[in-house]
Amino acid sequence: MGKTIAEKIISEHCGKEAQAGDFVVARVDVCLVQNGTGPLAIRQLQKIGLEKAHNPQRTVLFIDHAVPSPRKELSNDHTLLREFARKTKAFLSDVGDGICHQVIVESFVNPGDILIGADSHSCTAGALGAFATGMGSTDVAIGIALGKTWLRVPETFRINVEGDFQKGVYPKDLMLHIIGLIGADGATYKALEFDGETIRKMSISGRLTLCNMAVEAGAKAGLVASDEVTRSFLEDQGRGDKFREIKPDPDATYERVINIKASEIEPTVSLPHTVDNTTPVEKVKGVKIDQVFIGTCTNGRMEDLRIAARILKDNHRHPRCRLVIGPASRNIYLEAMKEGILEILVKAGAVILPPGCGPCVGIHEGVLADGERCLSTQNRNFLGRMGNPKAFIYLASPATAAATAIKGEITDPREVL
Amino acid sequence: MIFRGKVWKFGDNISTDHIAPGRYFHLRSNLPELAKHVLEDADPEFARKMSKGDMLAAGKNFGLGSSREHAPTIMKIAGISCVLAKSFARIFYRNAINVGLPVIQCDTDRIDEGDKLEIDLEKGKVVNKTKGIELNFSPFPPVMRKILDDGGLLSHIQKYKDFQLE
Repeated sequence: MGKTIAEKIISEHCGKEAQAGDFVVARVDVCLVQNGTGPLAIRQLQKIGLEKAHNPQRTVLFIDHAVPSPRKELSNDHTLLREFARKTKAFLSDVGDGICHQVIVESFVNPGDILIGADSHSCTAGALGAFATGMGSTDVAIGIALGKTWLRVPETFRINVEGDFQKGVYPKDLMLHIIGLIGADGATYKALEFDGETIRKMSISGRLTLCNMAVEAGAKAGLVASDEVTRSFLEDQGRGDKFREIKPDPDATYERVINIKASEIEPTVSLPHTVDNTTPVEKVKGVKIDQVFIGTCTNGRMEDLRIAARILKDNHRHPRCRLVIGPASRNIYLEAMKEGILEILVKAGAVILPPGCGPCVGIHEGVLADGERCLSTQNRNFLGRMGNPKAFIYLASPATAAATAIKGEITDPREVL
Repeated sequence: MIFRGKVWKFGDNISTDHIAPGRYFHLRSNLPELAKHVLEDADPEFARKMSKGDMLAAGKNFGLGSSREHAPTIMKIAGISCVLAKSFARIFYRNAINVGLPVIQCDTDRIDEGDKLEIDLEKGKVVNKTKGIELNFSPFPPVMRKILDDGGLLSHIQKYKDFQLE
């Protein structure tokens, strides 16, 4: 019987033919924790005297959530991660290196791998054709120490996207549209496999945006078959030799197939306070915005910064609207600097953050005031997410964000492109 | 295992941000202190109102969002004995089992705030003593049952030095 991508990868890692619904113990290739979840993972291992890394070169500890440290408690957590890395020879990605989900695809994860991460957006790496999923600290701690985990093999929803996007429409709009369609729990326990002409033509950057938000529909993983786009991305990262073709069998069994015409998608926004509360930007045009944030593991890559710069060049943020921009990694920061993008953004009134999660974590670099509205390219708009339960968060693409920053109110990017 | 307790009712889509708000990030290595803020963004008074042994009954997609295991952990530290919901987000469900917090999927429309429940995990039965009705729930998958019986994933691994799930 044919297999989905998830079934194929998990079968390779558990030594038997795994099908949706099976419970298996599987080998794990890459483990990640970050400074919000890593300290608890380390303490769990210390409790049972198992403070070791099975595969240290592919165990990565990230200091990316609130960096550089805004307070002493977090500084002490950072120290704990650094000490664990020293003891176990695990890899440490320190302050300023970038967001875990970006750095892990730049340098660590390969097609066909299983990755478990103590961060819900670990599903991002599925864009390279890896089975990547988020878990809690204890699960990942055990994965680090033993090099394996238990998994229920997920059923898969296949999402076929055909055709070209309209002007002003980007992968983020597509993903917000999909989440609005199936709901914040519409894919709970499932894998989402993205395919179709639109996906095959899409850059890794766009595929990362889709897979990053799979969890916002409740999914366990988001997956894209690896192809020539993947090969070329890996070559650019100096890892061309790690390319493998991973694709579903033509007769794989899908629980649900969703067909989407890319041309029918409009610039889309998620309204407070759930990600599936989506609507076309057109319908909420004019809502006053106090802060625009462009960045995060969802949309803090070169493609995103280029779109923002194209719109913001020779323009300026609205005097009432703050503009905060965070490149997702050191590599991206450097590239944006070389391309002159940072200069354009700074001249447009933006504050550039160091690589990291920025205000999406809710404790620094742009915490919102009571009653304020932020339009952000991040992946979550839950109550309190940006540090204040009395604030309101709207989610959109970098183009919508840049257009909104200029006008100081929610703006359709097609008006400024 | 039988649990008895009084219910606090919550709605749909209670996220781990509601349970363990991001603004208390600095308390993640001080769980008893973080537990004083449990569910603060769903009900600011909750930590003060609740008593040990109380239960939660919520709507659909309980625990969505961030993978922070601190969320079920501080619920347990605060003394919540179990969580009932129409459905659970995947990572939260797994984390709750790992930290030994029973999570039960059932029709919570028939449970109101203040109701007294008796829950039998083996039989998969919820008795609503206040309303005089019984609700059934599906037993845990054997893998999760085993982890829960061993007192959580850490105890399981400590006991067997490996996964012993098949």
